[in-house]
Amino acid sequence: MPEPILSLNRLEAHYGDFQALYGVDLEMHEGEVLAIIGANGAGKTTLLRSVSGLMSNAAAQVVYCGTPIGALRADEIAALGIALVPEGRQLFPSLSVEENLLIGGRLNREGPWSLSAVFELFPVLKERRAYPSTALSGGQQQMVAIGRALMSNPDLILFDEISLGLAPVIIKSIYDALPGIVGDGMSAVIVEQDISKALSVSDRVYCLMEGRVSLEGPSANISREAISRAYFGVA
Amino acid sequence: MDWVNAIVQGTLLGGLYALFAAGLSLIFGVMRLVNIAHGDLIVLGAYLGLTVVMATGLHPLLALVFVVPTMAAIGYVLQRGILNKTLGDDILPPLLVTFGLSVILQNLFLEGYTADPQKMNAGVLETASVSVGGLSLGVLPLLTFAIAVAVIAGLQFIFYRTPLGRSFRAVSDNQEIAQLMGLNKRHIFGLAMALALAVTAIAGILLGIRTSFDPTAGGARLIYGFEAVIIGGLGNLWGTLIGGVILGVAQTVGAKIDPGWQLLAGHIAFLVVLAIRPNGLFPRVSG
Amino acid sequence: MSNQTHSISRTSQAARVAGVLGALVLMVLIAAPWWAGRADMRLMGELFLYLALASLWNLMAGYAGLVSVGQQAYVGFGGYMLFALTIFGGLHPLYAIAGAGVLGALIAIPVATLIFRLRGAYFAIGTWVIAEVFRLSFAQISALGGGSGSSLPVGIVRSLASSRSGRESLAYWMALGAAVTAITVVYLLLRSRRGLALTAIRDNELAAGSLGIDIWRTKFVVYVVASGLTAMLGALIFLQKLRISPDAAFSVNDWTAFVIFIVVIGGIGTIEGPIIGTLIFFALRETLADLGTTYLIVLGIVAIVVMLKAPKGVWGFIVERYDMQLFPLRYRVKLNDQAKR
Repeated sequence: MPEPILSLNRLEAHYGDFQALYGVDLEMHEGEVLAIIGANGAGKTTLLRSVSGLMSNAAAQVVYCGTPIGALRADEIAALGIALVPEGRQLFPSLSVEENLLIGGRLNREGPWSLSAVFELFPVLKERRAYPSTALSGGQQQMVAIGRALMSNPDLILFDEISLGLAPVIIKSIYDALPGIVGDGMSAVIVEQDISKALSVSDRVYCLMEGRVSLEGPSANISREAISRAYFGVA
Repeated sequence: MDWVNAIVQGTLLGGLYALFAAGLSLIFGVMRLVNIAHGDLIVLGAYLGLTVVMATGLHPLLALVFVVPTMAAIGYVLQRGILNKTLGDDILPPLLVTFGLSVILQNLFLEGYTADPQKMNAGVLETASVSVGGLSLGVLPLLTFAIAVAVIAGLQFIFYRTPLGRSFRAVSDNQEIAQLMGLNKRHIFGLAMALALAVTAIAGILLGIRTSFDPTAGGARLIYGFEAVIIGGLGNLWGTLIGGVILGVAQTVGAKIDPGWQLLAGHIAFLVVLAIRPNGLFPRVSG
Repeated sequence: MSNQTHSISRTSQAARVAGVLGALVLMVLIAAPWWAGRADMRLMGELFLYLALASLWNLMAGYAGLVSVGQQAYVGFGGYMLFALTIFGGLHPLYAIAGAGVLGALIAIPVATLIFRLRGAYFAIGTWVIAEVFRLSFAQISALGGGSGSSLPVGIVRSLASSRSGRESLAYWMALGAAVTAITVVYLLLRSRRGLALTAIRDNELAAGSLGIDIWRTKFVVYVVASGLTAMLGALIFLQKLRISPDAAFSVNDWTAFVIFIVVIGGIGTIEGPIIGTLIFFALRETLADLGTTYLIVLGIVAIVVMLKAPKGVWGFIVERYDMQLFPLRYRVKLNDQAKR
């Protein structure tokens, strides 16, 4: 078996006195799409923040392609090829649509993604390339956020609640675009509240409950009861 | 005609004040840092210019070739060595640390150059003038104003048309997300301070040619720059130029009424703007 | 079943001991004219005035978030009011000091409404502009000596006390009284309801606002009270100096830089901090002042290092180490072990 692209080893995370993650173990291989589900406050976002370097951990708790990265800064981790699509889009308001994408691509990593490739994926962004990012609809902003992350040509992309606050039809169009993104062998972690969406696009699923992994398995043959047990902690 | 002359001279003086202000404005825009030592750094630029002129016999304007990169380097080191450690939600550390820096700089000047006022000699440039429509305009003030316009246009270009400016704006918008783009904010802040002190170097040299300066001259320069920024509206570089001009005109017109009123009139203009338009005359709408 | 009950109190053993010790020290200090030499008394008088200035600046910056680099405006204003009220108003110097305080507070009202429009760090520079406006304005008043300043007439000085030693004792006691007054005012203000609001603002301005605390009003009151008292101190300072000029009266170095140094070193946002800071500042000054500019450079470096490495100052370090508080402000919960009864 080849080396995992990402492994979390007894990952712990704290906000001051509050502990958000209690020894999470996780492993994923290249080209895999992993879904992470769990109730609010289960630690999903914290897990992504730890992987992307927005939270600092002990070095060995996060290992990427064999390199311990838990203690690195976010910009160093980005340069290694991990990109995060943050919860709530978080575009740069004083940058235009095109500038938001360009700054995502400033690391100049090799790969299929470029301004024109992103515009091909989301044609509406090409029309609005000169708009301030604040002038777009929520769905279009989400497209910019995804495009911005892709522009760095990451090997591993992390999606945090990309359907949150969007209309169902928009969510559908974004999820329809996902296979085109992860199809080329890019690995992805998708944090999602919508369980059926999460299961439909992922290879394997992890469920978090109160900062611990409560369930892990292939997305295709995992039972509803097992999920609700892992999700709510009741039989 | 005397009044027209006062207004024109004040406008040109405003260019110098805009140069005092540009660095302050840039730093605040990128990292929300208000640098109390900014005026002393302007004076540092003047002293470095003086040192180069005395050592090499170069014309003060040519000394810029040495002073601008030196100040930029000082800016980068200062930011990464000290100022980055003060940034955060609390406004006290940056204020008090730059205040301490101000005290240190002033006393280093005293130690190195004594308390005597110094001045750089720019030769004929200081006295040359051109006659425009019955007004005699000094070449130096005209040149200063032109440099100010060029510097602000240059900063504007860097900010809105280059990858570096994009990084500045991204870090200013959201430091955390900017780091996800691979931007090391400490480095970006260092570059911003380097750029600000490069501008400060130009301001310092022009100050040192125009008037004599001494180790304590920084405080007033900080205040003029600050007033120009607030009058023009935070975050608006062209507004800062206009703020500088308003301040300069208020001073020359005040001096025309009574020489003792020169500085007071400038401060009063600032206070009036603060009372009527607390966000300045041309605040940036976004951000 | 728990065998423990809680009791809540403000006082602690250390605070009670400090109270007794403080009273003893105060009595010894009051008696200084009978045991201290002339030079020592002068030094102590100056120390007390700085302690008072520092306590007031700390109230503003450490509790109300009003970081001013322009309190020299009120020191100078108070000094000039002493001269104006005694020379032109014919007031006895003691009344003039009180008058300077009242006028200082009055003029702080329009100043506050204006500069409170500036946020955070820009407020700091705004206060400096105000101080400059004061300095330039007083330099325009020729009756008070214009730019070169003036001296307090001998007759007014004599009206204080006829003998030189009498005047010196009086000046000393007034400085001591000023320090005690300033610390007491800060202490009482912080213990009041308004003080609770201040502590809330210091800890989290946003949350305090959402709890219905009127932040603007609270800060305004602090600014006006601190400025009025600072003006009184200014009058006292220049009653000792007997000579005033715009540059001396509105000196940013003398009345703000040193004061900030004292508070930062001692520990900002604590009552004890300025006391310790003043002692350290004078100890440094008496030993290093001969070094001239080097001494000031050292001061600046020490202040920066403290701000970066120990932002709570010397007193903050002591508190963290020993959990001690001499001026009981915080409530603490004590566990009383009933099982032992």
